[in-house]
Amino acid sequence: MIVANRKSLEEILAMLKPYKKVLLLGCNECVTVCATGGEREVGVLASELRLSRSKDGEEIEVKEQTLERQCDHEYIDQIRPFVGDYEVILSMACGAGIQYVAEKYRTKVVLPAVNTTFLGVTLEQGVWSERCQGCGECVLHMTGGVCPIARCAKSLLNGPCGGSSNGKCEVDKDTDCGWQLIIDRLKELGQLDKYEEIIPVKDWTSSRDGGPRKRMREDLKL
Amino acid sequence: MRLNYPPNVKIVKVPCTGRVDILLILHAFESGVDGVYLAGCLEGECHFLRGNLRAKKRVQYVKGLLDEVGLGGNRIEMYNMSSAQGQRFAEVAREMTEKIRALGPSPVKRSKVAGGK
Repeated sequence: MIVANRKSLEEILAMLKPYKKVLLLGCNECVTVCATGGEREVGVLASELRLSRSKDGEEIEVKEQTLERQCDHEYIDQIRPFVGDYEVILSMACGAGIQYVAEKYRTKVVLPAVNTTFLGVTLEQGVWSERCQGCGECVLHMTGGVCPIARCAKSLLNGPCGGSSNGKCEVDKDTDCGWQLIIDRLKELGQLDKYEEIIPVKDWTSSRDGGPRKRMREDLKL
Repeated sequence: MRLNYPPNVKIVKVPCTGRVDILLILHAFESGVDGVYLAGCLEGECHFLRGNLRAKKRVQYVKGLLDEVGLGGNRIEMYNMSSAQGQRFAEVAREMTEKIRALGPSPVKRSKVAGGK
């Protein structure tokens, strides 16, 4: 899922300074899974906003609404009947969702309540870890299912660097060396010969470096 | 045991402190309470195995939230006691009341119903 972190309350309060009527939009998908912007987190943030304003003797009205997703217009349309009642929309969805809400409600100020970070997995309840950087050219078949782009700090394509020590990356003692993970996995799979196959220099145009990307399926377009 | 404890302590009974949700605590503060404490079973003796440990973590988290908000994380505490420890119950009630009294009333006005849905 897309993992995000909630911005500090201080930052959010600063963004909300001029406003008294806020529509707080959560999202039921990725940000719910990483406990950042789901219904419960919307409840907590709304409570924090009310407490903070109340303690300063100021008012705030926060409408809590969690949409199924904020990246599809069918769901964003659901707020159309009442969006006009609010001065500003504070969205807890990932960056994609926040932008789409802004695109759909052009006359409304839409603010981000979260910092969107990475594509990741749930290691255990409460811990999420990065696995994919959307590089657009997957090599997982050559690396035993471990991504050298996302899991190697330098995104090296053909083996560890000199900073790999005891299976850890020199960047952080708790970060595994991506290439150590790859080699271990290839060994387990009996595919160490894949390690000798050179992955050529990467063409980064399939990634963000080629500009904002789009995907189309002509057969699905109405 | 008919022990006295301060009358400003309102008891909300739950089957286990593990049932106490972060939102319940926050809504309590929104309604204007000056302090909240959770009285759970002794660690290692939770009837539901780990409920009191979950409560402890949630209390820590709410402390952080209350600090962020500016109310002060010391308005919420976790206490552990056996249900047989009547004396301890009264002692904790007194201790928490004194602590909160020293902090003063909550600056949050007793506002309209928390929820805003």
